[in-house]
Amino acid sequence: MNVRSIPKQNNGTLLSVENVSTYFFTGEDVVKAVQDVGFSIKKGKTFALVGESGCGKSVTALSIMRLVPAPQGKIVGGEIIFNRQNLLALREKDMRHVRGNEISMIFQEPMTSLNPVFTVGNQIVEAIKLHQKKTKSQAWADAVELLGKVGISDPAQRVRQYPHQMSGGMRQRIMIAMAVSCEPSLLIADEPTTALDVTIQAQILDLLDNLQEQNRMSILLITHDLSVVAERADDVAVMYASRIVEVADSQSLFAEPLHPYTQGLLKSLPRLGFSGKRLPTISGAVPDPLRFPSGCKFHPRCPIGCSDRRCQTVEPILREVEAGRYVACWYAEDRKQSSERE
Amino acid sequence: MTAYIIRRLLYTIPIVFGVLLLTFVLFTLIGGDISLEIAGKGATQETIDDIRREYGLNKPLFLAWDSQFINHFKSALTFDFGRSRDRELIIDKIKRGVGPSLALTVPMFFCVVIISVSLALVVAFVRGSVWDTLAVFICVAGMSIPYLSFILFGQYFLAYKWGIFPVFFSPDLTMAQYVALPVLIGIVAGLGGNLRFYRTVMLDEMRSDYVRTAFAKGLNTRRVLFKHVLKNAMIPIITRVVLAIPFLFLGSLLLERFFGIPGLGHMMIEAIGSRDYFVINAMTYISAILFVLFNLITDICYSLVDPRISLE
Repeated sequence: MNVRSIPKQNNGTLLSVENVSTYFFTGEDVVKAVQDVGFSIKKGKTFALVGESGCGKSVTALSIMRLVPAPQGKIVGGEIIFNRQNLLALREKDMRHVRGNEISMIFQEPMTSLNPVFTVGNQIVEAIKLHQKKTKSQAWADAVELLGKVGISDPAQRVRQYPHQMSGGMRQRIMIAMAVSCEPSLLIADEPTTALDVTIQAQILDLLDNLQEQNRMSILLITHDLSVVAERADDVAVMYASRIVEVADSQSLFAEPLHPYTQGLLKSLPRLGFSGKRLPTISGAVPDPLRFPSGCKFHPRCPIGCSDRRCQTVEPILREVEAGRYVACWYAEDRKQSSERE
Repeated sequence: MTAYIIRRLLYTIPIVFGVLLLTFVLFTLIGGDISLEIAGKGATQETIDDIRREYGLNKPLFLAWDSQFINHFKSALTFDFGRSRDRELIIDKIKRGVGPSLALTVPMFFCVVIISVSLALVVAFVRGSVWDTLAVFICVAGMSIPYLSFILFGQYFLAYKWGIFPVFFSPDLTMAQYVALPVLIGIVAGLGGNLRFYRTVMLDEMRSDYVRTAFAKGLNTRRVLFKHVLKNAMIPIITRVVLAIPFLFLGSLLLERFFGIPGLGHMMIEAIGSRDYFVINAMTYISAILFVLFNLITDICYSLVDPRISLE
């Protein structure tokens, strides 16, 4: 398996995930939530991880934070290199110094991610005081400033309120304020806008963009929403059934998707000027992680794979098909050539 | 807040009325005339009449200013329950019994709560490990052993064989001496069920999203548990703890009986044994009032720990 050629660490790289696998052990069963996943995030850039629900995106993010729910969930292999150290080899004590300080995370559920019985100020101050040498009053002043920065009006008053006194969009802003309070170099945003309505979604994403510019941080944006990816991500990895099936820079991925799954996803997006009656869909359903199909996990839903012996028996690994483009499909090159001929 | 409390106190009026109605139906209408029973076999009609007069059983049931129905309410509202069958004023009897009962139940109860909540946090901390499994196993074992076994074991070994504690109440012992062993037994017997309950509460909380956020900030487990989880777990803890307090006043039927402690539990068992309806009636009424009162206190406590609950 080591013949793989995922993007290697270089000066512009902030974090690289190398062959990480995370499994959940529940009684007799082993759910392979993340298998052999690798990608790297460049400094100051946005990296998007795209895929359907249950494909392992969130578990990948939690693996980076080393917050996979114990004791069932376990990172069983791989390396996560951040600042030239392997996060998976750090002692828990040192990892706590990374969390919230160098890498922080915001979650999909703003309604429940804040502790309901403490004021939002209390929760932000807690993060500041944990990682920075600041007095209580400095930390509170910081918290007020942060609330202003994330676009909350009347921050001096809001800081003393409880989460239930705020809307979902505001709570997500609070989460963001908390996450950037220690100016992390990487912010992991796990479907940050899924639970919000569309107008708020755009505001939150713009806010993330602004903060990224100000703090020059990298963002790992986890989403199932391809339209979000197209506008904001520099690089994209597509995940399917616990593996990454395609990695590319955002422009080439949208211009010319090479994996049949990515192609299916893009075809199923509504476009301006679309005149058909129904959008195309990917036939079939996401496989059960306890009973993944043999060979390429996408083969039962794939126009080529469903009748190809190799696809049905041997799982393709992620390999570089052209500079900067990685695809896990046996027919990636063929498709590339045929599209060039056209 | 004050308005809420006043409103809630007003609500207690119909509840207390209902309780009194029910006890009247049970003890007077269904229980019937007990003068024959009190007088015993072969009593003269005169004695029976005397007894009926004393307990007001000669009065009409309803429809008179001093009917039994009105008197039932009157005695309850003035806490003047009359005399028990051993001629003592019931209210004095209760006052005498409440001290020993509380001396037994209060230390027992608070030790159980404090120990089991702390242990629950520790067990939640090591959830899924061998220690967790061991703790649950011991809890279930403790819950499965009948209460009586603990009492008999304590009385036989700790008191009788090894002489660490007195076996039984006697008037020349201090209160601390005679409640020590029953308190210890109560703690050991109560720990299993309570620890299991609080462990479940803590584990439920630990699955919440805000716990993940707290860990993502870089907090250590101790702080997540003792700050974030504990405060959220206060609602189920308060419900269980505060609503258990009224029962502390009633004492412990088994422990008081087995150790001869002259508390309210002991009094109740004797009253039930000798069919002393008047004592049972008084105790039922007092427990109902305490229960209603502590329900209100529970709700007030909720608003103190959870900002989402407002009493307006």
